[in-house]
Parts: sequence; structure tokens; C-alpha cells
Amino acid sequence: MNDMITTQSLTKKFGENLAVDQLSLSIPPGEVFGLLGPNGAGKTTIIRMLSALIGPTSGQATVIGFEIGKDDYDIRKNVGILTEAPGLYDRLSAERNLGFFAKLYEVEDIPSQVEQYLRMLGLWDRRHEEVGTFSKGMRQKLAIARALLHEPKVLFLDEPTSGLDPEVAHLVRDFITELRQEGRTIVICTHNLDEADRLCDRIAVINARLLALDTPANLRRQLFGRSVVFHLVKAEEKYSKVLEGKDFIQSVKIIDDKLVVTLDDPETYNPILIRDLVSHGAEIRFVGELRRTLEDVYLRLVKTEEEK
Amino acid sequence: MEKILTIIRKEWSEVFKNRFVVFAVAFMPLIFTIIPLVILYQMQGSGEASEIAGSLNAVPNEYAAICGELTGQDCAQYFILSQFLMLFLIMPIIIPVTIASYSIVGEKTTRTLEPVLATPISTVELLAGKALAGVIPALLVTWGSYTIFTIGTNMIAASPLVTKQLLDPMWLLAIFVLGPLLSIAGVSLAVMISSRVNDPRVAEQLSSLVMIPLLAVFMAQSFGLIQVNKTVIIWFALGLVVIDTLLLYFATQLFQRETILTRWK
Repeated sequence: MNDMITTQSLTKKFGENLAVDQLSLSIPPGEVFGLLGPNGAGKTTIIRMLSALIGPTSGQATVIGFEIGKDDYDIRKNVGILTEAPGLYDRLSAERNLGFFAKLYEVEDIPSQVEQYLRMLGLWDRRHEEVGTFSKGMRQKLAIARALLHEPKVLFLDEPTSGLDPEVAHLVRDFITELRQEGRTIVICTHNLDEADRLCDRIAVINARLLALDTPANLRRQLFGRSVVFHLVKAEEKYSKVLEGKDFIQSVKIIDDKLVVTLDDPETYNPILIRDLVSHGAEIRFVGELRRTLEDVYLRLVKTEEEK
Repeated sequence: MEKILTIIRKEWSEVFKNRFVVFAVAFMPLIFTIIPLVILYQMQGSGEASEIAGSLNAVPNEYAAICGELTGQDCAQYFILSQFLMLFLIMPIIIPVTIASYSIVGEKTTRTLEPVLATPISTVELLAGKALAGVIPALLVTWGSYTIFTIGTNMIAASPLVTKQLLDPMWLLAIFVLGPLLSIAGVSLAVMISSRVNDPRVAEQLSSLVMIPLLAVFMAQSFGLIQVNKTVIIWFALGLVVIDTLLLYFATQLFQRETILTRWK
């Protein structure tokens, strides 16, 4: 099946400021794709270009087969966007807000679509109340409902859980998971690295240009390799030396009573390591993999970029 | 067209909940209509009209000519009323400027424009919806007030000839041609200024500057420096067509998606 989103050397300049530099990527149908990057890295600009809100300075992109700059009407009709700020009309009721946007999106059965999403997001009972009286979480849920009214195949979510309390943030994440199960393609722009790790199939780290693009697991592996931690009764230098000579090991460190071994294929080599350590008198309490967080990956990529 | 109507309906249901807008649209025209009628009523039988009529020489010469078949008292009444007719040209400016200022600055402060621009609506549809949401009530209220003013005059004035003078083609041209042109100028300026400020009252006040030429004409007429006649109205209208074209062009440029999203702060 064709990719839902493709970009080729997509570039955006605001005056002299290069916001997005030669971005090339493709996103297949049904994927949850994360955009990570520091403030001002161009994440929102990418989302705005892909949702046909602003045009690129150069390069091409297609969304659901429609070309940005040429088929903007079709793109806007077929994608949903949750903007950074919920952007709702405070003096209108929740129902009226959705009704207004449903008309602009040319939704056919407006009352039933509005009811469906208000119920789905737990806002049906407060549909007649002015949005100005809503909490931040309720407003965010209503904004998500608005993005889905016209059943878009592609959904852009800019900071979907920013500023929400943990309970509502959890609910929003669950909802995103449901949307993924429906087969929608979702692009999430977030600073919440844990959220990106849990929700996204692939992640692009950007800082105007693309720094890295892969699954969260692969990004960890590419940057840090895989590390196994041997928890010993007492870690000694001799155990470290036993392992250091082996060609499949990249590094060995002693931290407290732990041996941290970096290697490529722990599933294959762990039995050999355990056998050697035990034969040299090491008493192993347990063995585990050192899991790098996406934050580690992100910080290293951004720091490396800054150093350049 | 459906989307323009959707925008208009939304604008009305939102901005008319604002008391400043309600004041501008409802109370101001009411006051502008009632005051001249009250003055006219008080003039009746107070001898004031007769005094003015007696000193008809003090009335600008051109008025004496315009009054034509009117008697001295009728001419005096017409003179007084015609001073207030200028207010019906101020209404089509103030009302759309107030609505557009609150509407556009409101959208900026609540950051609602981006989600609207993300829908399949064209910039022209959006701008037209916003402009018409201000211009339509302004013209309806102005024309309605003018109708009430004329009916009231007919009931109060000494002679139906005074009413006939108020329905002179010059005033009809002013109310029904100049009024819409002034409305468009006001709303265009409001769009431009609203893109630069974050307080609707500031936008409203700055946009109201469009009234200055009109007020100058009003004052000049009051002091007898000029006499508004059909030729003045036609030249004013032609000038406004040019000004409206320029203002609409600049307003449309400022209302481009990218400009709104990246430069409107």
C-alpha cells in the first residue's frame, strides 16, 4: 500500500530563518509517527505544511496522495489536526463548537457525528455548556473530537497531552491507541519522550533537519548499543578482565557491584558470559538488560547536533 | 456560499454575547434615531422653529435654495434634521468596526483561527464571512433606523414636505450607496488593524479613525463651510470606491493563512 505521507527535501524558510531543512521521509498507513525536537526545531512548521496550512519554500510532499501546494483543499478535507492550543470558541457550547467545524469540514450527518465524538470523549452531558467554563482537559478532549469529526485518515496531533493532569493525559493516550487500532495514520509532535516511546512506531528526531529516524528500540541500539547488567555479590576487577578480551564485547564497566557489558547480541552471548564469570568464581545474583530511555537517545542526538 | 453563511452565523452567535458589541449595534442607533426626533418634537410649537424661520437669512444660502417650496418653518426643521442625517453615515462604520474588531482580535486571543484555517475553507470565504458578519447588521440597522427616522419625522414634522426632502435622491444615495461603501472601508481597516493589536478596544478605536473624513464633512456642514449636495456625495462615493479597493487589497494580503499563522501575534 502506498505511503500516507511522503516528503522530499521539504524545506521552509521564514525570511533568513531556516525552520525545516531538506526533510525527506515517508509514513505508511496506520503508523503512529513521532516528531521530537527542541523548541523551535520546526515540528509545528512540519505539521502545518503537511496539513496544508502553510506552503513549503522548496521540496515536495504528498499526504494521502494529494500534493501540498496543489491539492490543499483535498488535504485539508482529509486530515485532522489538533493544534498546539485547543482553539475553541469560549462563548459557544461544546455542541455548537463541533457543529460549526463539522459544517466547515462538510460533514454529512452532523448531529450524529457530533454526538458520537462527544459521547466517546465523555463530554455529552456537558454539550450545552459554554466551552469557557471547561477545564483544560475537557477543552483538549473537545479539540481532539473536533479533529476527528470528519473521520480523517491522517491525524496530526501537536502536543496532545501538554499541560494535562496525569489522568486525562492517560485517557488521551488510550484514545490515541484506539485511533491507531482503527488504522488511522497519526503524526504526534511531543516533548513527552516517555509518551513518544510508548505510542510511536517510529520517531524522527529533528532540529530543522532530520537527525535520526527509526523505531524507538532501534534508535537506542544505534546510539548506545545493547548493554547487559550482571548483578554480582561482589564485583571485582578480575571479572572485568575475563570479559574484556572477547571480540564480541564493546566495553565493560564496573559500577558498584554490577558489571555493565555492552555487546551486540546478548541473546547469543549471555550464556557464554555467565559461564565464564561463574567459572572464575563470580557469584551472580541476577542478569538484566540496561534499558536506555528515549530521553537518553534524544539528549545525545540534540547535544551532538549542537556540538556540530 | 454555505461556508460564508456558517461563518456569519458563528460570528453573530459569538460576538453578540459581548455587551460592547450589543451596545454598538442596538443602543447607539436607537439613540441616533431618537435624539433628532425628540428635538424635532420639542421644536413643534415651541416658537423655536419660527424664530429660526424668522432668521432664515442665517441659514446657508444653499439651504434656502434646496428648501425650494418649503416654508420657513419647514426649511428650519429640515435644516436641523439634515445635520443628524450624517449620523446615519457614522453608523455603518462604527457597527462593523466594533464587530470585526472583537471578532478578529477575539480569534487571535483564543487562538481559534488556526483550526478554522485547517478546514477546507478558502481565505476569501473566511474573510467574506467575517466582513459580512459586520457589514450586514450595520446596514440593516442603519437602514432600519433611517426608516424609523423618516416615519417619525413624517408624524412629527409640521409638513409632509419635510419628509419628502429627507427622501431626496441625495440622501438616498448617501444612505444606500455611501453607507455600504463606508462599511466596507471600516471593516477592511478593522481587519488590518486587528492583525497588529491584541486588544479589541484598541482595534476598534484605531479603526474608527476612518470616520475622520466623514466627521470633517459633518463639522464643515454644521459650520456652514460646505453644503452637502448630490455632487459632494457622488465624489465622496467615487473616492470611497478607490479607497475600499485599496483597503480590501491590503486586508486580503494580511489575511493570508501564512501571515495569520506566523506573523499575527
